[in-house]
Amino acid sequence: MIQRIRTIALHTFKESVREKVLYNLIVFALLLIGSAVLFASISLGIKRIMLINLGLSSIAVFGLLMAIFIGIGLVSKEIDRRTIHNILSKPVRRFEFIIGKYLGLLLTLVVNTAIMTGGFYLALYYVERHMGGEDVLLLEAVYFILLQFAIVVGLALLFSCISSPILSAFFTFCLYIVGNFLGDIRWFGRESGSVIFEKVAALLYYLLPNFSDFQVISQAAHGKGVPSYLMTSGSLYALLYVTILISASILIFEEREF
Amino acid sequence: MLAVETINLTKDYRVGFWRTRPRRALERLSLEVEIGEVFGLLGPNGAGKSTTLKILLGLVFPTAGSARLFGRDPRDISAHQSVGYLPENPSFYDHLTAKEFMTYAASLFGLSDKARTRQIGLLLEQVGLSDSGKFPLRKFSKGMIQRLGIAQALINDPDLIFLDEPMSGLDPVGRREVRNLILQLKENGKTIFFSTHILSDAETLCDRVAILDHGRLQGCGELREILQVGLSSTEIVLEKPSRDAVVALEPFASSVVRTGNRVRLELRAESDLTEVLAQIVRWNAKLISLNPVRMSLEDYFMERVGGNDNSSLRNTAAAGTESPKSE
Repeated sequence: MIQRIRTIALHTFKESVREKVLYNLIVFALLLIGSAVLFASISLGIKRIMLINLGLSSIAVFGLLMAIFIGIGLVSKEIDRRTIHNILSKPVRRFEFIIGKYLGLLLTLVVNTAIMTGGFYLALYYVERHMGGEDVLLLEAVYFILLQFAIVVGLALLFSCISSPILSAFFTFCLYIVGNFLGDIRWFGRESGSVIFEKVAALLYYLLPNFSDFQVISQAAHGKGVPSYLMTSGSLYALLYVTILISASILIFEEREF
Repeated sequence: MLAVETINLTKDYRVGFWRTRPRRALERLSLEVEIGEVFGLLGPNGAGKSTTLKILLGLVFPTAGSARLFGRDPRDISAHQSVGYLPENPSFYDHLTAKEFMTYAASLFGLSDKARTRQIGLLLEQVGLSDSGKFPLRKFSKGMIQRLGIAQALINDPDLIFLDEPMSGLDPVGRREVRNLILQLKENGKTIFFSTHILSDAETLCDRVAILDHGRLQGCGELREILQVGLSSTEIVLEKPSRDAVVALEPFASSVVRTGNRVRLELRAESDLTEVLAQIVRWNAKLISLNPVRMSLEDYFMERVGGNDNSSLRNTAAAGTESPKSE
């Protein structure tokens, strides 16, 4: 089982890294990180904050685009091209296929994030001419970005099992946006005075992926490390949510006919 | 133990906007395929051939009835360990080379590095792609993709091979090569289950055939039984017969066809043969050939499904060529 999941994951990784769109996104991300140096150099006194904010945001945005654009085709492309017939006629369980696909794209994102983070640290070194312990703490923010990617890939995978790539991209993107404002939505619900609105807001808060708690870029830019309880709860939340998303994808995929 | 068994296999697809309307693709199909047999599944477009194959491979689930591969349920993946499958109009990964794709297929069967390398080299050689192993698949022609599809179906040295329209997209040389490959696999004791539109291929390769039409089994049997159901008629060819000779023979013939100097007569009954030969001697006609006409697979096919209003089928059967698209 592990061997088959690994084979599918490595194949998905190979497929993803041969996508031209991936390289375009990486180049854009590195250009943006590079241009952050320019913005930082004209920002008196807030060079570092400016660079970290722009650099980490670039990693987050371009990684998100990669997760969505590659993730939405993970399963639907295999179905459309009928390559799924080849895979499932071999001794491959359907859940192995789904898990392999998920891990393959996650691996792609981890490698790309590592490349972009390398670019970001180069830019930081260029501006500051030294590296310190506080710079290493920025990796905590990168880790939180990766946790978001893990959830986004799970969402894209789930939608890829049930709808077309365009709809999958739309739904995934919408959920990401809504997920970033869930804290505010819940606050509005409480403040509205309406019991129904409060309950609906609470339901959305618990049901939809909550990305608002993963936003630590600004905190990192101001040299504040991520508290350990937040590291633990964030990791557990992502793990739980991804498990739910993958389980739902498997349940749907098990009943699909090709 | 049987290689393939289906018992009252029935499949309804849900169609319409709300997917509430059922469309029956297969109706109580019961088949048995022995180990070592070459079994052909024939039928016009939409007959249910691909649906049958997909159910047997666990890609589609039956609405009723059951299917077995070596006694196991197709959804049990251990049943797939000794199975190879060539889908109809196969499509593979454009970003891979032929060797990479074969490696991927071999890895899914858990083949060791050594076995994988040996098997890939052997199979690519066998299907004539050994020089194209390093080319990306997006540069492959349809025929090359079909050959690669056959190679990947054999990567695990399967005991049971499903081939969905294996000759599709191949040129005459390729078709002959694939035909020889199938015969070679049969010699090696493999069971081959294939669907085809090309009756001549089925006639050359199959031990038994089943004919499907509108999801229903129209007939199933050993090819030699089907083709030796009896002499359907006797054909006589004469060269430059006199007008009187033809007039004398006409009452015995169901058809008389003139081609150049020759006249071809198909006799109504075998019992008339002695009298016909006497007439030929009497009128001093030159006898070129006298052949018993046996039922061909095409005749059998047309007899079973020809009554249905299906012009594409007639064209297919008459031409002995494939239709553009199956079901």
